[in-house]
Amino acid sequence: MTDKSIDSNKKIDNQTMDNIEILAKLELSTDERKKAMDEMEKILSYVDKLNELSTDEVEPLVHIMPDANVFREDCLKESHSAELTLSNAPAKRDNMFVVPKTV
Amino acid sequence: MEILEMTALELAQNIKSGQLTVREAVSAYINHAKNTDKKLNAFLTLMDVNDEKLNKRIDEVQQGISSGKYNGSLAGVPIAIKDNICTKGIRTTCGSRMLENFLPTYDAYVVKRLEEAGMIIIGKTNMDEFGMGSTTETSVFGATKNPWNNEHVPGGSSGGTCAAVAAGLVPLALGSDTGGSIRQPAAFCGVTGLKPTYGRVSRSGLIAYASSLDQIGPVGKNMADCAALYEIIAGYDSMDSTSINRQVESINCGDAALDGQMYVDKNLRGKTIGIPMEYLAEGTDEEVKSSILKAASLMEEAGATVEYFNLKMTDYAIPAYYIIACAEASSNLERFDGVKYGYRSEDAKGLHDMYKKSRTEGFGEEVKRRILLGSFVLSAGYYDAYYLKALKVKRLIKEEFDEAFKKYDAIMGPVAPTTAPKLGASLSTPLKMYLSDIYTVAVNLCGLPAISVPCGMDSKGLPIGMQLIGDSFDENKIVSMAAAYECMRGDYPCAYDNNGNAGIQNNQEGGCEYNG
Amino acid sequence: MAKQYETVIGLEVHVELATKTKIFCGCSTRFGGAVNSHTCPVCTGMPGALPVLNKKVVEYAIALGNATNCQISRYCRFDRKNYFYPDNPQNYQISQLYMPICTNGSVDIETSNGATTIRIHEMHMEEDAGKLIHEDSDESSLVDYNRSGVPLIEIVSEPDMRTADEVIAYLEKIRMICQYLGVSDCKLQEGSMRADVNLSVREVGSQALGTRTEMKNLNSFRAIQHAIEGECKRQIELIESGEQVIQETRRWDDNKLTSFAMRSKEDAKDYRYFPEPDLPPILISDQWIEEIKASEPEFQPEKCARYKAQYGLSDYDANILTQNRHMADMFEETAKLCGNPKKAANWFMGEVLRTLKEKAMDPEQLTFSPKNLAAIIKAMDEGKINQGNAQKVFAEVFTSDIEPLKYMEENGLMMVSDTGAIEKAVDEVLAENTSVVDDYHNGKDRAFGFLVGQVMKKMKGKGDPVKVNEVLRGKL
Repeated sequence: MTDKSIDSNKKIDNQTMDNIEILAKLELSTDERKKAMDEMEKILSYVDKLNELSTDEVEPLVHIMPDANVFREDCLKESHSAELTLSNAPAKRDNMFVVPKTV
Repeated sequence: MEILEMTALELAQNIKSGQLTVREAVSAYINHAKNTDKKLNAFLTLMDVNDEKLNKRIDEVQQGISSGKYNGSLAGVPIAIKDNICTKGIRTTCGSRMLENFLPTYDAYVVKRLEEAGMIIIGKTNMDEFGMGSTTETSVFGATKNPWNNEHVPGGSSGGTCAAVAAGLVPLALGSDTGGSIRQPAAFCGVTGLKPTYGRVSRSGLIAYASSLDQIGPVGKNMADCAALYEIIAGYDSMDSTSINRQVESINCGDAALDGQMYVDKNLRGKTIGIPMEYLAEGTDEEVKSSILKAASLMEEAGATVEYFNLKMTDYAIPAYYIIACAEASSNLERFDGVKYGYRSEDAKGLHDMYKKSRTEGFGEEVKRRILLGSFVLSAGYYDAYYLKALKVKRLIKEEFDEAFKKYDAIMGPVAPTTAPKLGASLSTPLKMYLSDIYTVAVNLCGLPAISVPCGMDSKGLPIGMQLIGDSFDENKIVSMAAAYECMRGDYPCAYDNNGNAGIQNNQEGGCEYNG
Repeated sequence: MAKQYETVIGLEVHVELATKTKIFCGCSTRFGGAVNSHTCPVCTGMPGALPVLNKKVVEYAIALGNATNCQISRYCRFDRKNYFYPDNPQNYQISQLYMPICTNGSVDIETSNGATTIRIHEMHMEEDAGKLIHEDSDESSLVDYNRSGVPLIEIVSEPDMRTADEVIAYLEKIRMICQYLGVSDCKLQEGSMRADVNLSVREVGSQALGTRTEMKNLNSFRAIQHAIEGECKRQIELIESGEQVIQETRRWDDNKLTSFAMRSKEDAKDYRYFPEPDLPPILISDQWIEEIKASEPEFQPEKCARYKAQYGLSDYDANILTQNRHMADMFEETAKLCGNPKKAANWFMGEVLRTLKEKAMDPEQLTFSPKNLAAIIKAMDEGKINQGNAQKVFAEVFTSDIEPLKYMEENGLMMVSDTGAIEKAVDEVLAENTSVVDDYHNGKDRAFGFLVGQVMKKMKGKGDPVKVNEVLRGKL
């Protein structure tokens, strides 16, 4: 796999920011948004530093510890009561969480 | 000796021998904290001395100590916990409006271990919102002040934890470290902190910031206290798949105090210590540098070999760290959506509006910025260029550390390039704040254990910390080395006077002269 | 001349695994149960809760991979799929994208058009979502997390199917394999087997694939058939009228027999998959695969062959009886208990299948005890019940699993073989039909049959016919 080089032009334009806000479920005010875009631009430019390193031959390192195969047996454990599970719910009814209509 | 001056191990000894009751110890700390914390804001929740549950627990522990049920080295000792560690039925906020009223439905693994050890939780400590920050100023509940000088930050994100120990509000506390969040505030507050090897301490019940980097660790007045607490919380937990099933060896630092010279000989003579040239590079305060070099020469005197070497990947650790941490954070924080717990906006129209308003109103600026950044680096078209690239660089960094540990028993350097900055000086320039994590983040990327030990003070009277980094699972080695260094250094001053008044350095130029 | 079109179909099939507990926590997977009562911090996305993988899920995935000729990955991992929806408590689903557990498999199917092979692209493990409950009357939906975290295997086929018949044959094959392995009960109605249909059309002879749509919400074979026909027609009409097919997800409404686009600007289809940091990788050794192979059950082809050899069943009967493992097991148990495999097979081929069809049930839903059917077969052998009553009793066994002998007695369905009662009835009939008796003596054969009929009628059909004949002839 070859590394895609990072474009040196502006990385976060308005359209990109719209898309990120939808993905992240955030809706910033105009001021907040401008500030965030500026800061992100600066940080991403700084991050370009990584392109100084050639990593074509390097395997990504996901898990720092070599351990694998951590399993549990298929044994029942006591569940929480519905009351406890719902104890922090901002809105609940009939032991269920209430959300704005989804369909 | 006054209760507040004792180390945690001394306090436990006094309780065990009957010189002190558990109630006397707990009351002394809570009363002191209640008065002093008005200025510091280290606690988000502090137990009331009259609290019924607390008093029941005190009685239970006192009886348990007599009956031998609680025979550990810290039985009866009060402890504070960072507010991102779940305590069943006790408010756990992560310093966020999002979790302002959140009452966990279960205890974190470490909390259960503390209870089994007969320790008594007296409160929850302030932190940067969800651990995102290096100053404890991003907490929605207000910044914590540095006990040495109230105009300065305590560092972060475990600023509440470190300030509380430094100011004597509690003898021991738990923090968490994702990119330096135990070590850096410990250095800024003049206390000792240990970030264990990734997987040594269960993350079950730790509210995740970046899952592959987070680790819980102890903060105390000295190395021996930290080691004792580490032994209690470390170990395998079947509820955390990344918890390591490996024997935790007992670390006895107690000898250090009893038999100083022999202990120093045993743990420093013949050891090799590497100092990365990059850790003393431009941008690091001269005063910080000279303190580190002074500590290095002390250890050389004790028979250790100190060598300088190149850690060429140092500058790449921060960009790799911020990509990985933000990517994981953007996913970890998705669960805060106003449905199951936490803040929910009142005036939303429809599902997605509810999500957006709740999250936008519930999270602070820095948290939102990192979520946006993390969502971006994982999004279609950018994943390879940012996230995958960072994982590759992570491997290069790890390989360089592996190479270094073939030669050195420990890697030594500063914890941070400067001492504690003034309140308000960091938040306006996030990138600069990120850059100050340069000496701490590589340790998290590589899962290594590392210690922050006070090693000096700058001309303003603010503490300087030395960092000792070990190879994976070498906690025992670096803790013993640090304890031996402490012996040579002598006692480090307290940030509070005999009456327990913290903030003695407030507005004083010059501070106290300290010659470690 | 009108253009000829070909339909190209690929399937994403989800099967819910028959483990006792969820994929990442110890909560029960049992269906039903009070809302939110099978929940814990892990499966409700509480802050700080961490997943721990159920070993059985991996074993089931390997078994299913073996049975579908897949390559089993020696190293695989979980990834997070990020999207906000209330049935998904973490707002990310733990799934596999980059390194799935099984790849490159295939299954053979047969339809009226002949035999063909459907390739399997990959198979992966993931967690199921909770359930959303909508009430028409108000502005909100309710969430129940009992199903959240139930283990799923998703089987992704290549676009190798051309007709609804092939799709159904493929699904039936997958279902049969899952049921034989015991990894899933695959009930479409309860949602333990679900299929998303990826469909495109192209001109016959064209090699390039057309733009495809994905159809969801298909919970019966009938709905799948309808959806394929409907979507195929819709796409052809679009193309014929010069419009474009849009690549999108559509929801099939089987009542209205039409599909709707599920698009919204909030559904930015960017799942931002990345490796799940909370779960270490899975290493699968040859030895582990061999162990799982060794515990494989007897599959349908072997079972079918054995039924023919061991029980002397016809090719047709043996094939039908082994289509569903649960039914095959019940047949064998019945055969063993009644000692008469042929008769047991006749009952399954006849009454059992007929009743299933009548009630529109799946063989998987059979719940009666084989010992009760065996008891009916024995009772018939012993002349305790006639064919008609036996069927009545079986109907009760099928629905309520009653004990046949007790039921027969309580409801007076037992044959009367008591000589006294038969003699009494015969005497009465002879006395009432003196002219017929005369006819008999005059050599009219039909007269005997009439008298038997009268005796049986008097005994309300419960007289043992052999005994009745015997007594009547003696008396005459």
